Amino acid sequence: MTALPPFQTVLDEHSAAVMAVLRGAVGRDGAEDCFQETFLAALRAYPKLEDSRNLRGWLLTIAHRKAIDHHRANGRKPTPVADPAELATADRLPEPDDGLWNAVGALPPKQRAAVALRYGSDLPHAEIAAALGCTPEAARRSLHEGLKRLRKELA
Amino acid sequence: MSVATTTAIERFTARASEEGLLDVAYTRTDSPFGPLLLAKTPRGLVRVGLPNQDADELLVDLATRLSPRVLEAPGELDEVRRELDLYFEGKLDSFDLPLDWRLSGGFRQRVLRAINRIPYGQTRSYTEMARKAGNERAVRAAGTACGSNPIPLVVPCHRVLRTGGALGGYGGGLPMKQALLELEGVLDESPGS
Repeated sequence: MTALPPFQTVLDEHSAAVMAVLRGAVGRDGAEDCFQETFLAALRAYPKLEDSRNLRGWLLTIAHRKAIDHHRANGRKPTPVADPAELATADRLPEPDDGLWNAVGALPPKQRAAVALRYGSDLPHAEIAAALGCTPEAARRSLHEGLKRLRKELA
Repeated sequence: MSVATTTAIERFTARASEEGLLDVAYTRTDSPFGPLLLAKTPRGLVRVGLPNQDADELLVDLATRLSPRVLEAPGELDEVRRELDLYFEGKLDSFDLPLDWRLSGGFRQRVLRAINRIPYGQTRSYTEMARKAGNERAVRAAGTACGSNPIPLVVPCHRVLRTGGALGGYGGGLPMKQALLELEGVLDESPGS
């Protein structure tokens, strides 16, 4: 097991990415609160974290859970800003509603993060891969598996 | 990093402290000898890093040995910084700070606690410290305890000399030890003494 670095190092290295993703997911106003909730939850769980190899992915997964909580609490739907041409292509989700976000929340972490980053934050595959610390191919696979599962659950 | 993110980090650190999640708070501060690292736990001051020590390594060590919940929180160390500033100005001869001794165990901790009772402006020998710690023959171990002092300056290991008055060693380098003893009026300010 790799030793956990001081939490300040985690904060310094990943706070900008977490803030950027949260702004995309909940907007500028909600991002600050979600940021606090994300890092407090992370700090609480940190000493028991067993795998420190992908701290960014771990943080972004927590951030997306907090973003989903935020949307639920506000009864609002996220409003992804996407390229219309891209929205017209195949891998498109129906309009998000509560049931959908619940289903997203129930996905395994990697798939959940990939789906949330793609459709909540509108990140392209390469950036999802960077955020999760995996290859674009693996990101694409997580996204694909996540969508397949969502379709099945919501069918 | 954007201003909004910096503000968010500051608010986060304040909330972490309120919720009792700040296991190790630290800050970096200036001194006449160069930058110091100061770290405390809820029990008290736990680590002072001297200018010639690698602060990042010390933080990793604290994360491993105490808790990985290590956060930069300068406000938590205001009192420590204030007393150290006064000490360096020659205006404070006794620190009034709670200490966390956890980084030293057994004989070493007994040696360090004995050192902590040496008054300002006085010196003792390694042999006396070994005796105070309960084993007069463990002079070498007493020296090692001094050398591994996690809270130098505040726990005044610079006041321990070799029998006969030679300076011995110092984690921050001998010139620093000499300067501290000059500050306290123990040594004359003549180089090479």
